[in-house]
Amino acid sequence: YMGLSIMAYFGDFSFLDDPQFGLPDFYGDGLPVGAYTSLAEDKKSAEEEVREEFLSEGLCIGLPKPDANIVLPYLRSSPEKTKLEKYSKGTTTLAFKFSKGIIVAVDARASMGTFIGSNKVRKIIEINDYLLGTMAGGAADCMFWERVLAEECRLYELQHNEKLTVRGASKVLLNLISQYRGQGLSMGTMVAGIDISTGNNDLFFVDDDGMRIQGDLFSIGSGSPYAYGVLDSSYKYDMSLDEAVELGIKAIINATFRDSASGGVVRVYHIHKTGWKIIHDALDVSALYHEKYGIQKNHLHLH
Amino acid sequence: VSTQSTWGLLILKRMSNRYDAAVTKFSPSGHLFQVDYAFEAVKRGACAVGIKTKDSVILGVERKSMPKLQESGTIKKIFQLDKHLAMACAGLTADARMLTQRTVLECQQYRLTYDQQPSVNYIAKYVAKMKQRYTQVGGRRPFGISSLIMGFDQTKEPMLYLTEPSGSYSLWKASAIGHNAKNVTELLEKKYKDGLSHEEGVKLVIEGLLEVVESGNKNMEIAYMKNDEKLIKMKDEEVKSLIEVVEKEKSPPAAPGAVPIPKQQHNMTNLHFY
Repeated sequence: YMGLSIMAYFGDFSFLDDPQFGLPDFYGDGLPVGAYTSLAEDKKSAEEEVREEFLSEGLCIGLPKPDANIVLPYLRSSPEKTKLEKYSKGTTTLAFKFSKGIIVAVDARASMGTFIGSNKVRKIIEINDYLLGTMAGGAADCMFWERVLAEECRLYELQHNEKLTVRGASKVLLNLISQYRGQGLSMGTMVAGIDISTGNNDLFFVDDDGMRIQGDLFSIGSGSPYAYGVLDSSYKYDMSLDEAVELGIKAIINATFRDSASGGVVRVYHIHKTGWKIIHDALDVSALYHEKYGIQKNHLHLH
Repeated sequence: VSTQSTWGLLILKRMSNRYDAAVTKFSPSGHLFQVDYAFEAVKRGACAVGIKTKDSVILGVERKSMPKLQESGTIKKIFQLDKHLAMACAGLTADARMLTQRTVLECQQYRLTYDQQPSVNYIAKYVAKMKQRYTQVGGRRPFGISSLIMGFDQTKEPMLYLTEPSGSYSLWKASAIGHNAKNVTELLEKKYKDGLSHEEGVKLVIEGLLEVVESGNKNMEIAYMKNDEKLIKMKDEEVKSLIEVVEKEKSPPAAPGAVPIPKQQHNMTNLHFY
């Protein structure tokens, strides 16, 4: 060390010449655009930057938006048709909270008008070990976006070392769907699950209209009025697991009995303190219905 | 030596460190000198102590004497970030202000995206991420701030995080930042126990701060937070009475002949550092 050392120091002051220097809002995104880091040719357009930031924040994935030229005329030509299509979410799904957790019960029919496509569809989507989503409306829409939700939940868990709660997950799903509001998505879905760190379970209804509500009991689909009838008349918070499963099954089979767009098999899941469990994977609804009510409900009076 | 310069010479009167003027360059020994110097800036800030107890988190800060004509209340050290989060910074006041503004915004954006309160870990990580960016990108200087971030999670557990100008963050039971923080940390290591009650915690914070405040002035500010409650700033009279209690309870003075470690006095009227 030589005491006073005078050094000729040539610093790079070219940043002062940069036309971008001194622009306001350089705290805007935390990534300053400076002469040190990029050449003029490398600078992205404002739109691209916004898009990239959007992508990196995980709020949306980089899907191309549906072409307005195709979608809008369809929507405009028959507004009534789209409304009807919305209500003809040919299915019955239900979920309710009770003292021992949440019961989620669904049917398994996929129909296109009067054509029954399948009686064995899986309408409960296992998002992860502690979250379930139900499907009503467009099967592809539900399945796809709930898969994206699963990805988002997993990324959140990896990035922040904590599991995303049901509340957060349902909001993320809503954020994803809301970007396509009015463009033809058809989804009526429930997000049900347990927050393992606090032990609280939660149930949310998320809709392609952009609605998201928390609740204790929901039923979605064309068979929901019938399911609601059964549920509302017999629901109690204090039920044993068996009673609750029976109630869920009863509601589904009564709905499938009266609604042609619902049927097939009934699947029942139970969400408990540490995750979810399949109670019934496939119970044939018509066999079950006749077993429970067949003899009493034989109304045919043949002359 | 860059040949792009058209602006002339800078004459430096210190040990030759041609790597210390630019943040984004490592030195041959592997240092980022600007980051190291940022730590020095933190040491010039007033001391802040944070302690986690059984059911609360307590922040205590050394309050510097205001110039006579200045009206109190404009320079803050303890910031409330959200209903369940608070932060105390040590270092450059302006940097602290910008940091808290960005963090408050992030809390609300998180609430909008996820419809729930951000966890303390998330916010601490966010602050740390922001600090780290300024050590790597753009050639701008790092934040001259260390911060203690405290709050409660959904699990109702108290949390205390420390973030540093380098962008590192860590979880602590008790910590101190700023001027003379080393003395305080030594005391905390000796006296901290798991499962302290709230009252014991407040006394420990006061004891820690008494190590560093200007004797005779004893000016300090204490704020605490309990689960599901917002930040509460203790009243000055309450703090003063507790200081008296703590001073009475303090252990007797050292044996004659022992030389106490001298407190480093520093110029506290420099308003850039707080």
